[in-house]
Amino acid sequence: MTAATRSAPDSPAHGGQRTFGHRLADHGIDRVLLLLVPGVLFLVLLFVYPFLYGLQLSFAPQGGGGPLANYQTFFSDPYLRDTIWTTLSIGVPAALLNVLVSVPIAYRMRGRFRGKRTLTTLLVVPIALGTVLTAEGLIAYLGPSGWINKFLRDFNLVDQPLLLVHNYWGVFFSLIITGFPFAFLLVLSYLSGIDPNLERAASVMGAGWWQRFRRVTLPLLVPGLAITFCLSFVLAFSVFPSANLVGDPSGSTRVISIAAYHAAFEQFDYSMGSAISMIMGAVMLAIIAIVLGWRSSMFRGAAGGKG
Amino acid sequence: MAAAAKAPASLIPTATRRRFRPSGLGGWLIWGLVAFFFINLAALISTVVLDSFATTWFGSWVPDGFTAHWYGDAWAEFNLTDVLTVTAQVAIVVVVVSALIGVPAAYALARRNFPGKSLVTVLFLLPILIPPITYGIPLATVLYRVHMAGSLPGVILANLVPTVPFVVLIMIPFIEQIDPKIEAAARMCGAGTTTIFVRILGPLLVPGILAAAILVLVRTVGMFELTFLTSGPSSSTLVVVLYDAVFGAGIRAPQEVDAMAVVYTSSMLILLVIALRFVNPTQLVTRIGDR
Repeated sequence: MTAATRSAPDSPAHGGQRTFGHRLADHGIDRVLLLLVPGVLFLVLLFVYPFLYGLQLSFAPQGGGGPLANYQTFFSDPYLRDTIWTTLSIGVPAALLNVLVSVPIAYRMRGRFRGKRTLTTLLVVPIALGTVLTAEGLIAYLGPSGWINKFLRDFNLVDQPLLLVHNYWGVFFSLIITGFPFAFLLVLSYLSGIDPNLERAASVMGAGWWQRFRRVTLPLLVPGLAITFCLSFVLAFSVFPSANLVGDPSGSTRVISIAAYHAAFEQFDYSMGSAISMIMGAVMLAIIAIVLGWRSSMFRGAAGGKG
Repeated sequence: MAAAAKAPASLIPTATRRRFRPSGLGGWLIWGLVAFFFINLAALISTVVLDSFATTWFGSWVPDGFTAHWYGDAWAEFNLTDVLTVTAQVAIVVVVVSALIGVPAAYALARRNFPGKSLVTVLFLLPILIPPITYGIPLATVLYRVHMAGSLPGVILANLVPTVPFVVLIMIPFIEQIDPKIEAAARMCGAGTTTIFVRILGPLLVPGILAAAILVLVRTVGMFELTFLTSGPSSSTLVVVLYDAVFGAGIRAPQEVDAMAVVYTSSMLILLVIALRFVNPTQLVTRIGDR
């Protein structure tokens, strides 16, 4: 980081190279940067190149037509086009709910208390279980003969078993189970980063808990909330296994990732599959840009208040 | 309300450690929400576990009888020995390779400021922020073109894409907290770069590398999308086999699938318990989200 940390060039004998090496070293370029090469090379080969390859492939439709034929097909075929709306109608409410429910809970639990470590540990369990196991559990637990429906019927709360899986709600519940702990832990760590003295000062000035929350904590928390929402949304938007397992993959939960998979690996139209992947990425980026843009226009300067 | 706090809690000085005590309507509501979440989560997991031991279970609160033979059946039908071998191979190779590539890169990023550093940082951030299914499809397409998909190396390569940056992000703070003067001192005493890495930095970084390795292990065993997109019949990991058993065609007893799910869950939970000895969950999520 400072000049003291830099290693001396290995061959001091070469005068000309040495000064050049020194000048580069002043900009932080020396042999240590070679350590970056494998990592960068690897990502360029397996991340950047496939992405560019997919982008290029999406403009070379297998069925002929102009370079934009795939995109035209996607937006003119309602079966494909509507997957965007389906995905948004699952992902946005799930992400919003995860973030909004996390805020009051995290606000209550932001201090130190006994058992906090246990609680946060328990919250990691659903993240670690993953979507496949959650889906498998949901099918049995929320299914027509599962415990929830048995409970509701034995207490005469419903006549017919509630249909909670193999439809919109199954996917929604699965997104809550895996998404809520993630959102909660993020919000909690953002809240823990806000100096508690700010709230104490507000309290001394006579602010009630609502005013303290509304006027002090919330504005400081908003940047973190925007990031949490974006990450939760990205997780929900890319839902794939649970949409197939606990959802209705050919109807109400035919999300865009299913459409992309279907095109690429069931119809073997890699070009169309890549095009849908690109659209998926573009929609995701658009939503993130809207949220972050809203944040910076509404709360300029608040980002520095953290910690 | 005070009844919720048990007597021993009052013995602990409140100034240092406050017991979480619900107060007021809002407090109870929030406590109730958390409890509701955990009750459902526990019930969900118990359903799977109970069903895997059930002779038959339909419509009653608990199964009609208990048996363990589904585990043997599932083990035989899904070739779980092979599947677990593949899973272990993939996970171990991914852990070792991502550490070998990631730790040096993290060192360079932690110690140097150079032109284009932000570009490199973004390159290491993107595979973590972008969900696997989005880049997984073009990646799998490329791997199919070069005939790597469906094989073990293909699955390993695909799984390395998010884990290499993951190791880098975890290691940067660990490396930053090591005083560069230690390295300078070692160099003064005549140590070469290799010696510094092996004898000075290596031992100091062991806790960080262990934390990164165990997290990568959890992530790889649980990684569904990339493995699913790139694996073939002989290179599927446990989570993909589980998905195929649930989603794929064919008639099999649900108990068998649940038995496999329990095998998967227990292995994940064991890994998780080990992981949490090294990492605090709040820091873990912040580190991924904040950067």
